[in-house]
Amino acid sequence: MKARHWLWAAALVTYAFFYLPLAVVVLFSFNDSQLNAQWVGFTTSWYAKLLHDDEMLGAAANSLLIALLSSTIATVLGAMAGLAMQRYRVRFLPFLVLTPVAMPEILLGVALLLFFRQVLDLTLGLASILIAHVTFSIGFVAVIVRARLSGMDESVFEAARDLGASPWAAFRRVTLPLILPALVAGYLMSFTLSIDDFVITFFVAGVGVTTLPLQIYSMIKVAVTPEVNAVSTLLMAVTLTLVFLASRFAPDVLKAKA
Amino acid sequence: MALLELKNITRRFGALEAVKDVSLSIAAGEFFTLLGPSGCGKTTILRMIGGFDEPDAGDILLDGKSLAGVPPEKRPLHTVFQSYALFPHMSVAGNVAFPLEMARLPAAEIKRRVAEALSLVHLGDKAAQFPHELSGGQRQRVALARGLVNKPRLLLLDESLGALDAKLREEMQVELIAIQRAVGITFVFVTHAQDEALALSHRIAVMRDGRIEQCDEPDKLYTQPANRFVADFVGKINLFDVEVLAAGKAALKLAAPGLGEIAASDPRPLRVGERGAFALRPELIRIVDQKEAIELKNRFFGRVKELLYLGDVTLYKVELANGGVVEALMTNAAPGRALFHEVGDAVAVCWRHDAGVYLRN
Repeated sequence: MKARHWLWAAALVTYAFFYLPLAVVVLFSFNDSQLNAQWVGFTTSWYAKLLHDDEMLGAAANSLLIALLSSTIATVLGAMAGLAMQRYRVRFLPFLVLTPVAMPEILLGVALLLFFRQVLDLTLGLASILIAHVTFSIGFVAVIVRARLSGMDESVFEAARDLGASPWAAFRRVTLPLILPALVAGYLMSFTLSIDDFVITFFVAGVGVTTLPLQIYSMIKVAVTPEVNAVSTLLMAVTLTLVFLASRFAPDVLKAKA
Repeated sequence: MALLELKNITRRFGALEAVKDVSLSIAAGEFFTLLGPSGCGKTTILRMIGGFDEPDAGDILLDGKSLAGVPPEKRPLHTVFQSYALFPHMSVAGNVAFPLEMARLPAAEIKRRVAEALSLVHLGDKAAQFPHELSGGQRQRVALARGLVNKPRLLLLDESLGALDAKLREEMQVELIAIQRAVGITFVFVTHAQDEALALSHRIAVMRDGRIEQCDEPDKLYTQPANRFVADFVGKINLFDVEVLAAGKAALKLAAPGLGEIAASDPRPLRVGERGAFALRPELIRIVDQKEAIELKNRFFGRVKELLYLGDVTLYKVELANGGVVEALMTNAAPGRALFHEVGDAVAVCWRHDAGVYLRN
């Protein structure tokens, strides 16, 4: 019995560390004070202020646009990589696809910056952020798609061809429906990764273009006002919704990644 | 003209020659079986007929036309996969309708043909269910209905009964024969189970190491195996190393070292002194008391080493003078008496002169 109490206590403390800071952020986004130090009273004025902050809204729009585009592109490319890994079993393919996932973000950020500037001579901006986000998302989608495929009887794909389906018809009628949950989960995962990415984006954003995480960072350099809390709360809500959706569409995804 | 013809097919995987110069001719309406141990190349042949693999040499002809370069979806034949390969996201009716939809048949026609195919396999009431809701035998029948529904020229079955338990398997065997007869479609069946091959097929090709060892009707294969491998693979058999002592028009005299002489018959011109094997099926051997056997021509003396009482039959293992063991199967048809001999009994195994076959080395 005693040991069990200890385990409960340990779990409780751990979860407190996870969620109390988040709860504080949410709570103080409703604080009627310029400072985050002390609870004064309830207000929603910080959210109202947020809606009139053009810089913040612009950053949010950028973030959403990049997240939508990068997760769409990453889902298509990642699905192709996942299918290829499962079907052709090329020895180094999984390694090549998964390396960006395992790479430290700071390293990937520096590498992409140097590549964009010195090799491609690309002007940094939305396009460079988009490419960077696609780069680190593909691997996640590929892993999820492959996990889905590896639990499946592969002869169904041959059966489709055998029963008269052209390669495209077989993909549309059999392969696509079967990997759809993995695609949805991969898309949502990429979206989440993209919308809150800071490190890589910081390197490849250049001047003048900003995303939500970059904007929040630049705000807290001045002072952490409850406006930061408000925008963080919104970002948190979006992320949690997506994680929840991902787990609903493909319950095995969270297990497979553990 | 043969419906399907394999002409000198060879298939290599790296250094391994999986199929070696195989030629076959299968007639329309036939139930043809490729039988052999795993790795003998039978599935490779099936995959080449299905279009999932191409031969390195040789040609496959369907109705006299080469199938070389024709993708699977353009071949007028279907495969029933070992795992059944039902589409898990489609209902039973959806699965069976799939080949018809791919052929762009009108909806009304599809509906009618699906109902027809499902009633053929006795699954008319399961149309709306999904594969995961069905038993193994039912899935097997859905796969069969799906393969037959648009009346292919040929149906390929890859170890299709392998995943079923023994009782269900027997039921499906009977049903498979009935279905094949009803639809009149040519079946090419692949299996490693010799009893299944014997029960189902019009003709069987026994394969080993990428080659066909013998291609014959089941009873011919069983009673007149072409060589040791076929004799041993198809059913149980006792093999004795022998030497030809005398060969006449039909009478054949063999010497089994350490055992004695064997009188047999063989129409082939055999050379005196050549060596081979004498093959004898267990059910053609009788076990008698030694004194009863003295004047019999074909008999070896021995001692009952083990016996397995199997209900309908008893399998006796008799140890002979040279240390070899002969298996004999006796039916337990006599009422009230099941065991004729006990372990340790001194007995003789005997057989008619036309019971065994001489196999040349």
